[in-house]
Amino acid sequence: MVDKIIIENLSLQYSDGTESLRNISMGIPQNAVTVLFGPAGGGKSTLLRCLNRLNDLTEIKASSGRILMDGENILDPKTDVIALRRRVGMVFARPVTLPMSIRENIIYGLELAGEKRKSKLDEAVERSLKLSAIWDEIKDRLDEPASALSGGQQQRVCLARVIALQPEVILLDEPTSGLDPISTGKVEAALFELKKEYTVILVPHSVQQAARTADHAAFFLTGELIEYADGKNLFTNPKQKKTEDYVMGRFG
Amino acid sequence: MEKSLSWPEFIITRLIQSSGYSAILFVALIFFFLLREGLPALGEVDISSLLNFRWYPIESYFGILPLISGSLIVTLGAALIAVPFGIGTAVYISEVAPRWMREILKPLVELLGGLPSVVLGFLGILVLAPFLRVFLNLPTGLTAFTGSLLLGGIAVPTVVSVAEDALDSVPRAYREGAWALGATRWQTIWRVTLPAAKSGVLTAVMLGVGRAIGETMTVMMVTGNAPVLATGLGSLFAPVRTMTATIAAEMGEVANGSTHYHVLFFIGIVLFIISLIVNVIASSVVFRAKKRAERILS
Amino acid sequence: MKLFAQNRHIVQRLGFIAITIMALVTVLPIIGTVAFILMKGGSAISLEFLSGFPHDGMRTGGILPAIIGTLYLTLGTALFSVPLGIAAAIYLSEYARDNQLTRLIRLAIINLAGIPSVVYGLFGLGLFVLFLKFGTSILAASLTLSIMTLPVIISTSEEALRAVPQAFRTVSISLGATRWQTISRIILKEALPGILTGIILGLERAAGETAPILFTGAAFFLPQLPHSPFDATMALPYHLFVISTQVPEMPIQIQYGTALVLLVFVLTMNVIATVIRSRARAKRQW
Repeated sequence: MVDKIIIENLSLQYSDGTESLRNISMGIPQNAVTVLFGPAGGGKSTLLRCLNRLNDLTEIKASSGRILMDGENILDPKTDVIALRRRVGMVFARPVTLPMSIRENIIYGLELAGEKRKSKLDEAVERSLKLSAIWDEIKDRLDEPASALSGGQQQRVCLARVIALQPEVILLDEPTSGLDPISTGKVEAALFELKKEYTVILVPHSVQQAARTADHAAFFLTGELIEYADGKNLFTNPKQKKTEDYVMGRFG
Repeated sequence: MEKSLSWPEFIITRLIQSSGYSAILFVALIFFFLLREGLPALGEVDISSLLNFRWYPIESYFGILPLISGSLIVTLGAALIAVPFGIGTAVYISEVAPRWMREILKPLVELLGGLPSVVLGFLGILVLAPFLRVFLNLPTGLTAFTGSLLLGGIAVPTVVSVAEDALDSVPRAYREGAWALGATRWQTIWRVTLPAAKSGVLTAVMLGVGRAIGETMTVMMVTGNAPVLATGLGSLFAPVRTMTATIAAEMGEVANGSTHYHVLFFIGIVLFIISLIVNVIASSVVFRAKKRAERILS
Repeated sequence: MKLFAQNRHIVQRLGFIAITIMALVTVLPIIGTVAFILMKGGSAISLEFLSGFPHDGMRTGGILPAIIGTLYLTLGTALFSVPLGIAAAIYLSEYARDNQLTRLIRLAIINLAGIPSVVYGLFGLGLFVLFLKFGTSILAASLTLSIMTLPVIISTSEEALRAVPQAFRTVSISLGATRWQTISRIILKEALPGILTGIILGLERAAGETAPILFTGAAFFLPQLPHSPFDATMALPYHLFVISTQVPEMPIQIQYGTALVLLVFVLTMNVIATVIRSRARAKRQW
C-alpha cells in the first residue's frame, strides 16, 4: 500500500477563531476510500480544503506543518495551485451546478485547462458521466441547463465534472447530505468504481455511511485526530473511548 | 499567493485593482483642484470681508454670508418637507402597503430621483411660482419657499430609498415578537421597527439633506437670485440666492484667474467640505450600526 | 379593557390612512409632472422640431443640435465611466479584503456620490478645461460627468456581483479556474442584468444634468453640429435652462416641447432599466 498523501503536523486556525486543526499527522493511501468522520466542527472539511488549497480563499490566521503529495509539499507558497486543483478534484455538500448546460458544466475545467478538441471533450463527457452512473439518465439532455436536473442528478453531474479532469485525488465533502436514499446509493456505488483509478477522500454525512464506504477511517473531534485505522477495525473494535462513544451513537 | 498568474491575468488584476483605488484618487483630485483655484481667494480678499453680509462682486463685495444663509434656509425648508414625507412614504412602502402597491410605488419614487432638476426648475417657473404668488399673495413667486418645495421633492427619493432599506433590514422576529405581545401593527411600527432602524433612518435624513444642499439648477431657476441675508422665517417667502446657484450663475461670466473666479471656487470648497462632513457622518452612523448588528448576531 | 383595545385599532386605522395619504402626496405629483409635460409639450413635437436647427434666436425651428449633443455626452460618459465603474465594482466585490484601505475606498465612493453637481463643474473646469487644456468641450464635459456617474455604477454593479452565489466562485476555483476566469466566465454573466441596470440609471442621471456641463462643455447656441470631441456642444438640459430663463419672449410651446424631449429621453432609460431588472429577477435560477 502506497501513501498518496502524507500529512505532517498540520495545524491551522481561521482568523475569526472558528474551526481549526491541531497537529494532524496521517497518511492517505492510494486507490482506496479514506473516510474522515466525526461531529460537526471537528476539522474534517477544513482538512479537505487544505488538500486542494481551497482554504486560500478564506482568511487564515496561522498554519504550520506540511502536506506531501507524491513527496512534494503542496502548502509551499511556490506550489502552482491551479495545477494542484486539477489534480485534486472536489465535490461539495450542496450540489452546485454552474449556470450553464450539463455539457458545459462537465467540460468547464477541461476548457480552462486549454483542451479545445471537440472529440476529446465529447469523450470526456461520456466517460465521466458513465463513471458517475448518470449517463443513461441524461445522455439526451446534455444541452439543457444543469439546474433543471434533480438534486441527486445534479450531484452526480458535479462528480462527473470532477472526473472529467482526470484528477489523481477526489475529495467529497458530505456529497450525499441532501440526497434521497436511492441517489445516495448510486453515488456510493460510483465511489467503489472510482477508487480503482483514484485516491478518494470522503467526509460522510453519517456514521453508517462511513462504515459502509471506508477502506480506512479517521475520527476527528474538535480539530484533533483521535483515531485512524483500517475501516473494518475502527467501527467494530475502536481503541479509543471517544471513538467508541461516537460510533455507538452516545454523542454527536 | 497565486504565483502562477499568467501575464494577461496579472495585467487585468492590476487594472481592476487600480480602478478600485481610483475613487480615492478622484476625491483627492477634486479637493486638490478646488484648493488650487479657490485658496488664492484668501490672499486677495480679507477673511473678514468674505464673512460679510454683502455679495456684490462687480464692486468687489465678496461677503458669502448671504449665500450661506440662502443655502441654509432653502435646505431647512426642503428638509422639513422631505423628512416627514420621505420617512412616511418609506414606512408605508415597507410596513403598510400591499405587495402590488409596493411594486408600483418603488419605481415611481425611483423615477422622481431620475427627473432632471432642470425640468423641475422649469415647471417651478411656469407653474409653481405663479401659483404660489397668487395663493400666498406675494410680490413674486420666486422665493426660498418655492425652492424648498421643489428641493423637498428632489430629496425625497434619497430619504425614501435609504430609510426603506433600513426598515427592511429590521429582522422579522422583532415585529413578530411585538405582535405576540399584543401590540398592533401601528404600535409595532412606532415602538419597535422605527427605533430598531433608527441609525439607517438617520442616515437617510443626512443624505437627503446633503442632496438638498448640493442641488443647483432648480434653486437657481426658482429662488429669485437675490443675495440677501436671510434673517428669519420671513425670508422663506422672499427671494434668496444659494451657494450652488451663485457658482452656476456667475462662473460663466467671470474672467479666469480673477478674484471673483477664485472666490467662486472658494465657495466650491465650502460646499465640498459640507458634503464631506455630511457623508462621513452619515456613513459612520451606518458603519457603527452594522458593527453592532454583527456583534449581536455573532 | 375592551374599549381600550378598540381605541388602539381606531388609532391604527387612522394612522394607516394618514400614512397612505402621505405616500400618495409624495407620489402623485410625480405622475402629475410627467403627465402635464406630456400633455403640454405634445403639440410642439414635429419632424421639423426634432430634426431642425434653432432659428430666430431659438424662438422657432428645432432642437436637433441639443438632442445630438446630449447623445454625444451620454455616450462619452459611458465610454469612461462604464469600464472604470465595472472594474472598480469587481475589485470591491471579488478582490478587496476587509481592511482600512477598502474602507477608505468605500468612504471615497460615498463622498463622490454626495459632492454637489456644480462642484463637479468647478472641478471639470479646473482639471479638464484649464489644466489639461481640453477647452470647453465634449471631452471635458464627458469626463466630468463620468466621475459624477461613477459612484452609481460602482455601487449598483457591486451589489449585482455580490448577489451571485458564493458557491459558484468556490466551485469554479476548485475546478482549476483562476479568479479572473471565474469572474469573466461566470460571475459577470450572471450579474450582467444588475450591472446594466446600474449603468443605465447612472447614465440617466448624467443625461439630465446641467450644472456639471455649464462651464465644461455646454454651448448656448451653435449653428452646426460638433465635429470632434474637442468642440463644445448644445445639450438638452442646458438648452431647456437657456430657453426658460435666458431668452425673452420665448414661445411657451418650444419650452414644453424641449422639456418633453428631455423627459422622454430620461424616462426611456429609466423604463429600460426597470424592465431589465424585473426580467432578470424572473428568469434567474439561483
